[in-house]
Amino acid sequence: MVETVVFVVFAIAAVVGAVAMLAARNPVFSAMGLLLTMFSMAVFYLLLDAQFVAAVQVIIYAGAVMTLFLFVIMLIGVDRREDLGEQIPFQRPVTFVLAAGLFAVIVAAGSSAWVTGSAAFGDPNMNGTIESVGRELFGGWMIPFLATVFLLTIAAVGTVALAQFGPGGLRLAPRGEDEESEA
Amino acid sequence: MTVTVAWYMTLAAGLFSMGAAGVLLRRNALVMFMSVELMLNSVNLTFVAAARELGLVEGQVAALFVMVVAAAEVTIGLAILVAVFRRRATANVDELSALKG
Repeated sequence: MVETVVFVVFAIAAVVGAVAMLAARNPVFSAMGLLLTMFSMAVFYLLLDAQFVAAVQVIIYAGAVMTLFLFVIMLIGVDRREDLGEQIPFQRPVTFVLAAGLFAVIVAAGSSAWVTGSAAFGDPNMNGTIESVGRELFGGWMIPFLATVFLLTIAAVGTVALAQFGPGGLRLAPRGEDEESEA
Repeated sequence: MTVTVAWYMTLAAGLFSMGAAGVLLRRNALVMFMSVELMLNSVNLTFVAAARELGLVEGQVAALFVMVVAAAEVTIGLAILVAVFRRRATANVDELSALKG
């Protein structure tokens, strides 16, 4: 009963956050709506006995990713409101019809495939503590885990390289020296 | 009335559809990025719900991998956005229709 109430409350919160993200003209409000949805997701993970994933969700998404989004919003202009006028006629109704159709297709496919008829074939008392997730991650998933290490390293190097691009193209020399040589 | 896995799947499908609508609807590249993040999050929810239903912890490991890829994607994407904004002074994708810089 408690689980049902918590699920319904946070499901409404997640949908409200997603709608707010879609409808808000100011990007900061969009980020706040997404933050609400992310936090509701962490609550769902707790309900699903995935404590470690819930903690990671709060730290990575609600913490790091949303802070990064807000930082970039502040950096590239917070007060410019988006022009919601469409260049393609009927784009908005067609979008809503497509999204509703996608939702209907996913639900129909899922309900007819396995959501109703599957039986647990793993451990029914499975609990997503940091110990059980860590044993799985560093046991059978060691190679994919190491691949994510390379992925994150490449992402960090790529971000630094992209930060070097300016109006004059790629600039690898420090700014001070470059300006002296131009002068 | 207990919460079954179908409720989580339906909610995740709804959030995924909203994210797809956001990518199609919005002109601001930042909000489009947020919509992509919403889609990735809803897929994570299905992974964790399936892990609970099947009693397998692999679903949670898959959710962690999706989070890593999403973090890398958002880092690179926002760096590209900032680089584009420094050159063209806009984050509106309608004004970024030319292929030349």
